[in-house]
Amino acid sequence: MSRSPGRKQENHKISRELFVLTYGALVAQLCKDYEKDEDVNACLDRMGYSIGIRLIDDFLARSAVKKCRSYSETADMIAQVAFKMYLGVTPSVSCSSATGNEFSLILDKNPLVDFVEELPAERASLCYCNLLCGVIRGALEMVHLAAEVSFLQDRLKGDAVTEIGITFLRKPEDRKHRR
Amino acid sequence: MADEALFLLLHSEMVAGLYRAAEHGEGENGRCTTKLESMGFRVGQGLIERFTKDTARFKDELDIMKFICKDFWTTVFKKQIDNLRTNHQGIYVLQDNKFRLLTQMSAGKQYLEHAPKYLAFTCGLIRGGLSNLGIKSIVTAEVSSMPACKFQVMIQKM
Repeated sequence: MSRSPGRKQENHKISRELFVLTYGALVAQLCKDYEKDEDVNACLDRMGYSIGIRLIDDFLARSAVKKCRSYSETADMIAQVAFKMYLGVTPSVSCSSATGNEFSLILDKNPLVDFVEELPAERASLCYCNLLCGVIRGALEMVHLAAEVSFLQDRLKGDAVTEIGITFLRKPEDRKHRR
Repeated sequence: MADEALFLLLHSEMVAGLYRAAEHGEGENGRCTTKLESMGFRVGQGLIERFTKDTARFKDELDIMKFICKDFWTTVFKKQIDNLRTNHQGIYVLQDNKFRLLTQMSAGKQYLEHAPKYLAFTCGLIRGGLSNLGIKSIVTAEVSSMPACKFQVMIQKM
């Protein structure tokens, strides 16, 4: 049975859609189970964390990248390699602090919300993609980089772009002195 | 494919998260399976719509089941169903000898009691897919030795 190259592309897309649809079903179920948005957000973050601590192994095995020497290299790695590998998009990275430990990833195309039109009125403060924050946080923790990750802007809530803020919690100089 | 890892991890996290919440909350285990199955149903409906957008019309029920076993299963689980049996009276048994969601768990009888939790979503997936192709069904799964499992589809005549 021969398959045209177009078909392979479609199958590839559908695999990704499986993940997006499953994620949507999960958020819908959590919204039914929990009344408060904060509970849903916390639950998504926790799940993301559990996924992140395992995903990092898969990422390192697949990408075989070298050790990152600075926070900005790490942020670039997340945006250009990890996001591209798993979600097929490449957010742009910008450093938003003088100390060099706060970065933001700006996503103009977020595949997780492909099938979401808008948040329902009673769920105005729901962070739909909060799983991503947990995943990044968990993955970074497994490579010994403590970080706080959160959504700074969200297109679903009316902002222009979706922006994820990563704040690394320890300066690289501290780590050197600890040796 | 990298997507697979994401989906596998999300799926196991969903199962774990739901059961964890059930322990702290009501403590009704049956509910979790229903929730997972209904999630799978919704996803199956959406997926089959996108998948069969450009395919030709199916000739009959058996054709649909073969589609599920070959193309649908390949796209979702990267392999085909290994064995399809039917009694030609509305009961189909799909056998997968190396079910993707169970391969990482064990290769034999260990953790057998936990296996059904990980099959509920897929049962819903099949039921949802069939439902949007116009077939009402009941899907159950059984596993006797991991990672092989059997999905039994009972077509409901309307």
